Amino acid sequence: MSDPTFRDTTLTGATPRESESPVLPGLLAATWLIASKDLAIEFRTRTAFFSALVFALLGLTIFFFAWDPTAVAAIDLAPGVLWVIFTFSGLLGLQRSFGVEQADRAMDALLAAPVEREAIYLGKAVANFLFVVGVQVIAIPAVALFYNVPLGSIWLSLTGIAVLAALGIVAVGTLFSAMAVNTRLAELLLPMLSLPFFVPVVMAAAQTTSRLLAGRPEAEAWPWLRILLGFDLVFVLACAIAFPYTLDE
Amino acid sequence: MSAALQPKSQPQVHRPVVEAEGLVRTFGARRAVDGVSLSLGGGECLALFGPNGAGKTTLLRLLAGLLAPSAGTCLVGGVALRADGGRAARSRVGLISHASMLYAALSARENVEFAARMYGLRHPADAAMRALKTMRVADRADAPVRSLSRGLQQRVSIARAIVHDPLLLLCDEPYTGLDEVGSAALTEALGERRAHGAALMLVTHNLSEGLALATHAAIMRRGRFVRYEERGAVDGPSYASAYRELVTADV
Repeated sequence: MSDPTFRDTTLTGATPRESESPVLPGLLAATWLIASKDLAIEFRTRTAFFSALVFALLGLTIFFFAWDPTAVAAIDLAPGVLWVIFTFSGLLGLQRSFGVEQADRAMDALLAAPVEREAIYLGKAVANFLFVVGVQVIAIPAVALFYNVPLGSIWLSLTGIAVLAALGIVAVGTLFSAMAVNTRLAELLLPMLSLPFFVPVVMAAAQTTSRLLAGRPEAEAWPWLRILLGFDLVFVLACAIAFPYTLDE
Repeated sequence: MSAALQPKSQPQVHRPVVEAEGLVRTFGARRAVDGVSLSLGGGECLALFGPNGAGKTTLLRLLAGLLAPSAGTCLVGGVALRADGGRAARSRVGLISHASMLYAALSARENVEFAARMYGLRHPADAAMRALKTMRVADRADAPVRSLSRGLQQRVSIARAIVHDPLLLLCDEPYTGLDEVGSAALTEALGERRAHGAALMLVTHNLSEGLALATHAAIMRRGRFVRYEERGAVDGPSYASAYRELVTADV
């Protein structure tokens, strides 16, 4: 405090303490800061992860007992079950995403911070992506176990599909989560807004998975994969650009 | 008095810390802030009073960059709040509110350190501990915020707001929930920030609390400043009765 440089002001009379001029975080740094904060909160509470996981496993169990193996082959049913479970359990994580910012108005502090608005979206999306992938890591082997489908030979391709599908769902879901969180019907509004947009992702992921499980040539899966890739590209960019406009009151 | 005719404070030496000109914010047809202009220099403190719904909090949110003005401009440290997305201007502002703006699952230290990182401080851990010490809550630094009392949470919240040594400190009912120790720590911290050239804006319903710190006082009503004067010109009892008249006029 007695440091004379502390009072040496040219602009307004105040300078940062201890002559440390701050270096404002760039887009990527701010994105990671926000994502790691969200992951730390989830790691502490584990509420959303366990909710999503239990939901996924319960859903699988119900689908399993409702399944008539003499009418539908496991290999035909499993891809649909997998991606339906994945979509709905992912929604639980997306609900929580901006919910943690609502309690005690933490969102105000985030918006007042000198970071780009897009970094808030991207940080949330990164945390949501890791959350959804974390649920998949357990849900996909569980599907293989319940329906006795061989994943050994296609696990690498399936991982790629899961990553692309997670990216698409998170890109759209994060934006709608931000829009829905301030409404009274957030729990209802988020699925209502998101699910129509999830249809291309779920269709493409299920079709690709079913072709892989059936041992069809990879070329047959390419058109569906292209839909997934295109969806991801368009919606990650569009949602990042649109996000700041959802914040204006 | 018309908002356009409000007297502006004239800083003695430096350019103003905050300069707002003709700020307007509408919500639908309602003008929550209606043509407010103000100027505060380093070391100055504006105590802002007014009835509920007068537009005080909206004005603070405009100055913090949380809301975009419908019209008018605002410069913080000579930088426009909205040019370049407002990052440079926002980095100079601290916001204290009656809401804690903290993450309950994280510790006090983690909350303040997160803020320090968001403001690009080079030594975020040191800065966070220093701010917590200033608010006399360093001994609870590793406690999860959810385990702290309301008053302690408010102290952590203030530490979060001052961790980057803001040039402009916006305080919305900052004494809410604070005990005697917390209030003293806050008054000391605000005094220290002013001594180092920061400007303060203090929104409160407590006249004596606001006037004790103020160099300027204003009363806001229906989105406008209806009184704006230097502290020296304010006589406590008559000001209080004028304030009561204005507040009750809306009832």
